[in-house]
Amino acid sequence: MKVTITVNREPRTLDLDPRTTLLDALREHLRLTGSKKGCDHGQCGACTVLVNGLRINACLSLAVMHDGDEVLTIEGVGTPDKLHPLQQAFLTEDAFQCGYCTPGQICSALGMLSEIEAGWPSQAADDVSARPAFSDDEIRERMSGNICRCSAYPQIVEAIKRYARDEALEP
Amino acid sequence: MRPFTYERASDALGAVQAAAATPGAKFLGGGTNLLDLMKLDIEQPAHLIDVSRLPLAELAETVGGGLRIGAMTTGSQVAADARVRTRYPVLAEALVAGGSPQLRNKATTGGNLLQRTRCAYFYDTTKPCNKREPGSGCGALDGLNRNAAILGASSACIATHPSDMAVALVALGARVETLSPDGRPRAFPIEELHRLPGETPHIETHLIPGELITAVVLPPPPEGGQRYRKARDRASFAAGLASVAVAGGRVALGAVAHKPWRAVDAEAALAAGASPQDAMAAELEAASDNGLNGFKITLTARLGAAAISEAKGTAR
Repeated sequence: MKVTITVNREPRTLDLDPRTTLLDALREHLRLTGSKKGCDHGQCGACTVLVNGLRINACLSLAVMHDGDEVLTIEGVGTPDKLHPLQQAFLTEDAFQCGYCTPGQICSALGMLSEIEAGWPSQAADDVSARPAFSDDEIRERMSGNICRCSAYPQIVEAIKRYARDEALEP
Repeated sequence: MRPFTYERASDALGAVQAAAATPGAKFLGGGTNLLDLMKLDIEQPAHLIDVSRLPLAELAETVGGGLRIGAMTTGSQVAADARVRTRYPVLAEALVAGGSPQLRNKATTGGNLLQRTRCAYFYDTTKPCNKREPGSGCGALDGLNRNAAILGASSACIATHPSDMAVALVALGARVETLSPDGRPRAFPIEELHRLPGETPHIETHLIPGELITAVVLPPPPEGGQRYRKARDRASFAAGLASVAVAGGRVALGAVAHKPWRAVDAEAALAAGASPQDAMAAELEAASDNGLNGFKITLTARLGAAAISEAKGTAR
C-alpha cells in the first residue's frame, strides 16, 4: 500500500505491507534508527515519536494509519552538530547511561511539556480540574510511559527541569 | 503478524457495511490493544477497517444537559476536556489512571470499551484459555490467578475487564450509541454492553458482529461527590488489582469481574444509611477466592470504603 508521511518536515512516500508498524517504517524503510524498538508492545516507550505534535508509541501503530500525518523523530529534533536544547540538557545533567531509551525519553518529554502547557491533567494531582503544577511528581508521573533500565530517572527529571527553566517554559 | 488487508473508512455507514460484507473483519481505532494482540497471534483479523478518522472525535453538550463523547475521541482528549474535568471528574481521574500518556494519545473511547483482558493465560498461547480458544479450558482457575475476578466469574473463565474508563462510565450511568450493520442506530445503558463469562467467555459484549460504537453519552452529572481510586502493583502504568468509581449514589468496581461491575448492593446499603465499610461488605458477600486472588476481596472492600468517603468530601 502506498502511504505518504511527512517525516521530520520532509514528505516521504513508501509502498508498504499493511503489517508494517510506523516504527518499522521509520527504522527499516527510512533508515531513521534513532527511534528504538525496545519491547515492541507499547510498554517501554523507546519508540516514542511525535505525530502531529502528540507523543505516541510508534510500535503500536500501523504506518498505513498515518497517511498525511506529520511525524517528528529524534533525527528531526536535533543533530550532532546542532543539538536541541533538551538534548544538551540531557548531556549536562548526565541523564542516561547506555542511551538506548534516550531518543524516546526526549521525544516523550517534548510531548509532555506541550501537554502541561495545554493544561492536561495527570493522576499526580489531587484535583483534575486544577491547572497542573510543574513539579517533580508531575514530571515523573507524566514520563511513566518511558522506561530507563539504567535507572537514570533522577537525572532525566533534572534535565527536563533544566530545559524548561532555560527555555522559560515553566508555568 | 499474519497478513491482513486494510481499508480506511470514510463514514460510519460505510464502515459497518464493510464489516458486514467482509469475513474476519475488525474495526481499528487507536490500535494500541488490537495491534499488540495481533503481534502475539491472539487476534487474527483477515481485514482491518480503520475507523480512527471517522468524524466521531468530538465532545458535545446534549440538549438534556449531558455530554456526548464521540467514539473516536482519545483518552487524553476526554481527560483534558474542561467539561469532563469540572463536571465529571471521576471520568478524568479514571482516564489518567489508565495506560501511559503515549497510549492515551492514541487509544479511543470506543476501543477502550472493547479492549481485551490482561489475564496472563489469555496472553500465553501455550496455555489453555476458553476466551482465546473456546473449549480449551481455563489455566487461571487453578493457576496463577492473583489478579483474577472475585465477582461474577464462572468455571470457564475468571478473567477481568481491564478498563478504568468504563468503570467511571458505569458509575456515571452513561449510555452507549452504536450503528448496526444494517445501518440502524441503537442506544443502551453501558451496563448492557459487557457480558459475564458464563460458558462463552470469548463473547465479551452484547454487540452484534459488525456493530460500531459511535458515542458514549453522559447524563447530567449526579448530585453528590465523585471519586476514582485504583490499586495496582506500581504507582503508574499498570493494570488495576482493584478500582472503584463513585458518582453520587452510584458505585462501580473495576478489575474484579469480567465486566465493569455496578455495585448495586453497596448502593442500596448506602441509600439505607449504611457506612461505607458496611456497604462494601454487603457488595462483597458473594465474592469468591480462587487461591491467590483472595487478597483482592479485602483490597476492594477498603478501597471502596475509602473512595465512597472521599467522594462525599468532594460533594459541592
